[in-house]
Amino acid sequence: MTTVTEAPPLAPAPERKPPRKRGRWTPYWLLLPGLLWLVVFFALPVIYQASTSVQTGSLEEGYKVTWHFATYWDALSEYWPQFVRSVLYAASATVLCLLLGYPLAYLIAFRAGRWRNLIMILVIAPFFTSFLIRTLAWKTILADGGPVVDALNTLHVLDVTAWLGWTAGDRVLATPLAVVCGLTYNFLPFMILPLYTSLERIDPRLHEAANDLYAKPSTTFRRVTFPLSMPGVVSGTLLTFIPASGDYINSDLLGSTDTRMVGNVIQSQFLRILDYPTAAALSFILMAAILVIVTLYIRKSGTEDLV
Amino acid sequence: MEQYEPDRLSPAQEAAIRRSFRNGRAALSRRSLLRASAGGALAVGGLGALSACGIPAAGNTQGGVSAEDHSKEEKTVSFSNWTEYMDVDDSGRKHPTLDAFTRRTGIKVKYTEDINDNTEFFGKIKPQLAAGQDTGRDIIVLTDWLAARLIRLGWVQKLDPANLPHAFANLSPQFRSPDWDPGRAYSYPWQGIATVIAYNKKALDGVEVRTLSDLLDNPKLKGRVGLLTEMRDTMGLTLLDMGKEPEKFTADDYDAALARLQKAVDKGQIRRFTGNDYTADISKGDFAACVAWAGDVVQLKADNPDIDFLIPDSGYMMSSDNLLVPNKARHKANAERLIDYYFEPRAAAELAAYINFVCPVEGVKGELAKIDEDAANNPLILPDKAMQAKSRAFRSLSSEEETAFEEKFAKLTGA
Repeated sequence: MTTVTEAPPLAPAPERKPPRKRGRWTPYWLLLPGLLWLVVFFALPVIYQASTSVQTGSLEEGYKVTWHFATYWDALSEYWPQFVRSVLYAASATVLCLLLGYPLAYLIAFRAGRWRNLIMILVIAPFFTSFLIRTLAWKTILADGGPVVDALNTLHVLDVTAWLGWTAGDRVLATPLAVVCGLTYNFLPFMILPLYTSLERIDPRLHEAANDLYAKPSTTFRRVTFPLSMPGVVSGTLLTFIPASGDYINSDLLGSTDTRMVGNVIQSQFLRILDYPTAAALSFILMAAILVIVTLYIRKSGTEDLV
Repeated sequence: MEQYEPDRLSPAQEAAIRRSFRNGRAALSRRSLLRASAGGALAVGGLGALSACGIPAAGNTQGGVSAEDHSKEEKTVSFSNWTEYMDVDDSGRKHPTLDAFTRRTGIKVKYTEDINDNTEFFGKIKPQLAAGQDTGRDIIVLTDWLAARLIRLGWVQKLDPANLPHAFANLSPQFRSPDWDPGRAYSYPWQGIATVIAYNKKALDGVEVRTLSDLLDNPKLKGRVGLLTEMRDTMGLTLLDMGKEPEKFTADDYDAALARLQKAVDKGQIRRFTGNDYTADISKGDFAACVAWAGDVVQLKADNPDIDFLIPDSGYMMSSDNLLVPNKARHKANAERLIDYYFEPRAAAELAAYINFVCPVEGVKGELAKIDEDAANNPLILPDKAMQAKSRAFRSLSSEEETAFEEKFAKLTGA
């Protein structure tokens, strides 16, 4: 049964109100929570630390701002080896991450097919355990007389690395190499994920086109794939380098006295020696150094987008 | 309407216009002026904010050290302790000795294992204690040197001896009067921690060790020796090894001991300085020998027969973790009752049987033998006379000494 109901007569169109102007302030209100968060958890602590770094005093007498900028100079002249080491280790780990991560990200993006999700899970899965546990696991893997170290000794690899100063004697643990390995392992996913996102976005037809234009696979990679993945390379290296240069867990657990990084110094100044000004000054120097390195790097790499 | 009349401009206006035509950096415009003044205000404001920060003197807590004691009306006590420092039943959730305390007194214990590291915990409670506020904890457990610092800063409450009859009667003599808390006015020891030398027989492979010097000098142990990052334990054993007394060493003695260790570090003798994680190194055999805490060694030995310990002839370091009642704690009397309870031989024995540290309570042997015969005869848990005679303590340090010594020691460890 169908009834055709007559459409009700149109009500007289209501007087059209001029579209309500969106408040000028709306975007700012929407920004407010984020800004508040930044102020409370970033700006204020930074100001507080900046203030701490120019204070003098002691725990008993309290600390007062005396604009004692010499702290910076003292900290730098005392602990520059640890700074250099931090940059060196973090840079090595970043390069290793890139060398290991790029092929893997490439594989996941273009070749994995139905295994893609599984491999992604394998990349992320270690994050379900704590940073500390993952690092301690490396102590078991690299233990003296363990299979890895035995194999490296049999192949005389450790003789070469010892000659280079990366390891000591016939062991890997408690050497610079172990620290760099730990850093590489712990920050690898930070490299793979941005690389994957930017590789995955590349239109496969571009590869076909390159092929049609008689580009060898290596040329395709050099002229098409790699340049298009630059944003991923840049953000991946930043996400690896920045936290790695401030890390102290790897050096603490896998290193020795001659592998201490600036993070270890800051930790011991803050917690053991209770020299808060020096610790704060060291943190600021580290922050400034990273800022300079990163700025130069982004300028050089010539990419604006970071993913 | 005002008309633009060039010749009526004041000389200043004229100069301004001419400047603005120049359009260079120096041209003064409204915008640049605003920017400059805003920048200036920011700089001034920022500097003001920076100078306003400061950190108040730590000892400023005259606002009343003890809070009103709510022990009578609130039958609870909040106890913060280190992890794995309390007996647990088979289910792993209940603490039998604490339950027995609650059954007897009706006082509920809020037991939290939130202390992992002395230095970190100090950082955590410092803001509240410095500001004279309640930390929400009635009992905290801290190692000697930090307990000494808190007493020095006036951040913990004097205990009432009237509430502590068992503690007073049963405290074992070697813990009675540390130089940082003579007569135990503020603190009672929870457990004693002996610092000894541990070794892995398999990893030593026939090398004989008897003293710390063997660890520091024997070339066969190169790169396989571990020391502790806990300054007083490592330096104490070194001072003893050099024939100095850790109870009254001088700054020169300290420097000499430091130089001795530095030599070993430079030779590559020391693999690394560790916290609690040395247990993994020694049981895997990465360390052939190391400075270790006796409580750990008892447990490691049970799991791995290759591991054993030795007490150097020069003696060993004894420290303790101490029960303290922080300022403004709400349930001081309840806290004192709980402290006293753990100095009753039965409770102390149950605890000692479970956690294997040095028991600071006298007259426990009989009770402990009923639970665990081996533990009762283990000198690392109940030190016999010979053991007690070799026990030495690190002297307390002034705040300047503490900073200077810690800094030098940190340099030794690389940071």
